[in-house]
Amino acid sequence: MYDFLTGPMLWLTFAVSFGGLLVRIVLYIKGLDQQLDRVAYRAHMGYGLKGAFNSIISFLNPVGARLWRIRPGFTLMFFVFHIGIVVTPIFLIAHNVMLQENLGISLPALPTCVADILTWAAVVAGLLLTLRRVAFPEVRILTTGYDYLMMVITLAPFVTGLLARYGIGDYQFWLTAHIITGEIWLLSLPFTKLSHVVLFFMSRAQLGMDYGIKRGGMKGSSLSW
Amino acid sequence: MPEGILCNKTPIKTDEQLKLTLSDSRGTKYYAEMLELEVDSDALWALIQKTMKSRTKTWFEICAHCGLCANSCFLYQVNGRIPQQVPSYKIQSTLGEIVKKKGKVTNEFMRHCMDVAWSQCTCCNRCGMYCPHGIDMGVMFGYLRGLLYSQGFVPWELKIGSGMHRVYRAQMDVTTEDWVETCEWMAEETEEEWPGLEIPVDKQNADIMYTCNAREPKHYPEDVAEAAILFHVAGENWTVPSEGWEQTSLSMFAGDWECCKDNVQNVYDAIERLNPKRATGTECGHAHRATVIEGPYWTGRPDGLPPVPYIHYVEWLAEALRTGKLKIDPAKRIKEPVTLQDSCNYVRNQGLKDVTREIISYIVEPGYFVEMSPTKEHNYCCGGGGGFNGIGMYREQRNVALRTKMNQIIDTGCKLVIAPCHNCWDAIRDLEEEYEIGIRWSFLKPLIIGMLDVPEHMLPKDEE
Ligand code: SF4
Ligand code: SF4
Ligand code: SF4
Repeated sequence: MYDFLTGPMLWLTFAVSFGGLLVRIVLYIKGLDQQLDRVAYRAHMGYGLKGAFNSIISFLNPVGARLWRIRPGFTLMFFVFHIGIVVTPIFLIAHNVMLQENLGISLPALPTCVADILTWAAVVAGLLLTLRRVAFPEVRILTTGYDYLMMVITLAPFVTGLLARYGIGDYQFWLTAHIITGEIWLLSLPFTKLSHVVLFFMSRAQLGMDYGIKRGGMKGSSLSW
Repeated sequence: MPEGILCNKTPIKTDEQLKLTLSDSRGTKYYAEMLELEVDSDALWALIQKTMKSRTKTWFEICAHCGLCANSCFLYQVNGRIPQQVPSYKIQSTLGEIVKKKGKVTNEFMRHCMDVAWSQCTCCNRCGMYCPHGIDMGVMFGYLRGLLYSQGFVPWELKIGSGMHRVYRAQMDVTTEDWVETCEWMAEETEEEWPGLEIPVDKQNADIMYTCNAREPKHYPEDVAEAAILFHVAGENWTVPSEGWEQTSLSMFAGDWECCKDNVQNVYDAIERLNPKRATGTECGHAHRATVIEGPYWTGRPDGLPPVPYIHYVEWLAEALRTGKLKIDPAKRIKEPVTLQDSCNYVRNQGLKDVTREIISYIVEPGYFVEMSPTKEHNYCCGGGGGFNGIGMYREQRNVALRTKMNQIIDTGCKLVIAPCHNCWDAIRDLEEEYEIGIRWSFLKPLIIGMLDVPEHMLPKDEE
């Protein structure tokens, strides 16, 4: 079981997940339409790319966009959540060992205590973000079961990982659960809202190009998001 | 009844139909007919499949339902923060549902969508700046309006508005003759005070071609005269076209994209015909957006630009002041607290935030200019954008919407507001009428004329 999950199944998961995300990117770009979107993407690529870059960077930076600056509480939760979720799996030492065994490559690994903190922080931030959905009417009205499902899919590998890490209950069971939920998470990326791992960049870039080309970029005023 | 006589899926194309619809006071019959209007689900779905691509599709898919856009919307803020006014909710519960149901929606639902599209969003595009995913509900509401228009679900005034554009190629029944006569009449009147002043119609190869908002010749001909005075004093080699002089677009607010294209093409044809070096429009935000920012796409220009550089009036004015073509008498500068309305349509939508402040630096005594908060590209809509100002049925909602601007203005402590956008100007006038906060408001043209340092030879003889 373990061998299958960390062997063929893992490679299949990677292939589907990363392949799928790549397909999403390609389809996104193919679906852009200069007439319908009313943005001359091709004619002013330079301005467009500048606007796209500005747009992406402003939102990756926790003090870059006005949105982040005026809501420090949310911004903190949001960044902790995302950093935990993205950084930990990639640089976790246990994952690195697996990579090493299978591919002979390794990435710099996080010290265990840092990885622990990041994981805990991500889980807590995730729970707070979920609570927020219930607590605030303006978020509650938007929230559907699907949103909760996404949160479950996202947090499951982290929670199971923690349980395994601290050896609560049956280690082997939690390890298997961790691998399965991790794979479910990866497989969900291209097919669900989690596709925003790449589509965030595409959408931000598109609006950035819109502003960079048509809505002011060519007037020499760069937008302060 | 699938389609009514007044309320139907066919745009107003003839003068008779226009007059007929106009004669229906307040659209009573029109809205009564709308109750029976049939939704053509197949056509609706076909249109969606043809026009809804990456951008909108992705926006729906990845919206995180985080509600961060809520506070960005002045309508959410000013309506007691009810969740129904959250931008994301507004679009998901309307366009989102139509898409989900593949166009199979009821008449009642379409009327609900109409209410939301025209009374809960002014297409000010502010929310797009506050969504982490860059989802611009203003753009999506523009799209929804197009779908609703194609099915006949559009407020009476805007059906008429786009009909006006189709029949008269102007938002009001101003014909070519009316326009040219107004120019002649204004030139004559103004010439008494400004010897040598002209309003040259259809002059070839001028340096600048001027276009305006049909409300000016119709109701405020002095605005045309004021433009003429400033061009005259600046010594511009300018002209107005006899055809293609109207650059507003109620059809854009109505979602009548075919009509938008036709109108803009008419202006571009005037440019091709008269061959000016540049063009400039009047102090109007949406007109600029229609003719200069969106228009090139409607007419299919691959570079997304008008045929010649086409600047907003504030750009021309800033340039004229900068280069000394117009000189301000320092003694006449504004010496009272004054604030500036940043129009969404050329500030957030074309970045013209600094030129207006440059103009301020010439005409306001240092220390007297007070910024609204927030300001520039983060400024709020005046409250009457996107057609909101003109729709009788939504007057009450519009009046509530005006409160945002009212509070912003009160917070500046200024009694004078400069509003270089027709629609913002109207909204501010209405807010003063409605709430009586004791303010004055003005376009730039009359203000500047009052402060000009006019060269001797331009003044009438008896005043010398
Ligand atoms: S801020 Fe953006 S992602 Fe969040 S709910 Fe609003 S539209 Fe959706
Ligand atoms: S475009 Fe403006 S009015 Fe419309 S939802 Fe967004 S912020 Fe609100
Ligand atoms: S009327 Fe003025 S402030 Fe209001 S939406 Fe239009 S441009 Fe913006």
